[in-house]
Amino acid sequence: MSPILFWIFTALMLAFGISVVLNRDPVASALSLVASFLCLSALFVGLDAFFIGVIQILVYAGAVMVLFLFIIMLLDLKAEKRRHFNRLTLVGGGAVAAGFVFELLHVLNSFSMGKNPFPPLGVARLDDVRQVGITLFTQFNLPFQTVGVLVLVASVGVIVLSRRELK
Amino acid sequence: MDFLNDIPWLLILSSVAKTLFLIFLVVLPLVSYTVYAERRVSALIQDRLGPNRTGFPTSLLGFKTDLQLYLGGLGQPVADAVKFLLKEEFTPGHVNKVYFWMAPVLAMVPALSTLAVLPFGNYMFGQKMVVADVNVGILYVFAIASVGVYGIVLAGWSSNSKYPFLGGIRSTSQMISYELSLGLSAVPVLMIIGDLNLSEAIRYQVENGWLLLPFTDGKLTLREILLWFPVFISFVVFTISMFAETNRLPFDLPESETELVAGYHTEYSSMKFALFFLGEYAAMIAGSSLIVVLFLGGWHLPFLPINTSETSLTLAGSLLGLIHITVFFAKVVVLLLCFIWVRWTLPRFRFDQLMKLGWLYLFEIALVNIFITAAVIAFVK
Repeated sequence: MSPILFWIFTALMLAFGISVVLNRDPVASALSLVASFLCLSALFVGLDAFFIGVIQILVYAGAVMVLFLFIIMLLDLKAEKRRHFNRLTLVGGGAVAAGFVFELLHVLNSFSMGKNPFPPLGVARLDDVRQVGITLFTQFNLPFQTVGVLVLVASVGVIVLSRRELK
Repeated sequence: MDFLNDIPWLLILSSVAKTLFLIFLVVLPLVSYTVYAERRVSALIQDRLGPNRTGFPTSLLGFKTDLQLYLGGLGQPVADAVKFLLKEEFTPGHVNKVYFWMAPVLAMVPALSTLAVLPFGNYMFGQKMVVADVNVGILYVFAIASVGVYGIVLAGWSSNSKYPFLGGIRSTSQMISYELSLGLSAVPVLMIIGDLNLSEAIRYQVENGWLLLPFTDGKLTLREILLWFPVFISFVVFTISMFAETNRLPFDLPESETELVAGYHTEYSSMKFALFFLGEYAAMIAGSSLIVVLFLGGWHLPFLPINTSETSLTLAGSLLGLIHITVFFAKVVVLLLCFIWVRWTLPRFRFDQLMKLGWLYLFEIALVNIFITAAVIAFVK
């Protein structure tokens, strides 16, 4: 991946990420998150990981965030916009974020393999979709199926709970 | 400036050339003439004439009469475009301006972006006729198409008035619901082809016959006959879902004129309205192209020789490449005419009927269809 593109998309991603937190308008926050996801998937594409990049858009930008936006638009936004920054939460949030960044830097500094450049791949472009499929269905077949059943149970549960509310 | 040497200039230039050719020479003219065809075919169906006499309004410049060109109304799209550009650009006072201006762009851009992975021809000038030959082709189309919802949602919400809002809400729920059956109905096709790359999908159909017409390679095996049934089912489900995804009748509830004035674009005027309009038709073209690639063999025509990367540099090879591109868009045009034909033939669904059709019938049919295809692939060699 060209370093210029990497820095452009990283800067954009971080800028939109910050604007998710700073915006008082929930719709603007949600759209910033979508833009941030798009930049993230551009980074994945830059690493030749087309599958993860596309899934990032398909699942998060295309499905999850559309539903978020859908719900936000049905809410009363004026009350949200009137709320101001609370000093205590500002300090607390800043402390947590700083702590996390410090921790991350510490881990990355002590991870000696991370300092070496990644050895070039044997083939120009991996058939990543096939690789993901084969790995999922051979090595991780049981966990994969279990997760599928869990998601099904969760969605049935949600429907049962929301139905009971209606009566 | 060391990094300038690392940039693959040939790749970038050829991609830009292909994009410009596809968007400005093929798709946008096709969009405007689809609008024209829509008006003429609807007139034909309703026993009217439609726009058949567009000329230059030279009387505006002081001449006695208008200059009449006998093109059978083929100048109409040009006149429409000029009209959209010259009309007053009005933004109502009660709208949320930023999103109001953003929405038409978000409706148009994804529709055109999906065209990037569609192989619209074989080889020309030694170049593969697809802008981005990525290995996740069809997933990319679904991903970008799902981003297209934002344009409509934001248009409906930012207009800050009741009818557009209802249109936006309807559109969102409709598109989210039908994305499922659209994706699931494509799975049997991908299982048969064994690849997500759309160029590979066409290569498979060149070698084994088009999926919907498996006899086009000259032979018909038991496996092909058995697989034809699930392929036909997924073709039907895919096409119906595509109608719903592009908000076309019988599923045009987001903009149903009799209930919602014009739905999500009620408050829009001039070119901003035209962008929604063009976006809808561009999405229709992208959808039809996807159907052609997945089910109808793409640019392939039986008995027509196929050029390769090397032969496409010769004159005969270039002509062949041009014919392949023409064949592809001819198939797309046939499907577009079907879209138009359906629009002026069927009445609109009710919203609950639409949801019921999507969730209770198409979704289940597509799901069962995957199992049928898997069984045929597993047991019949």
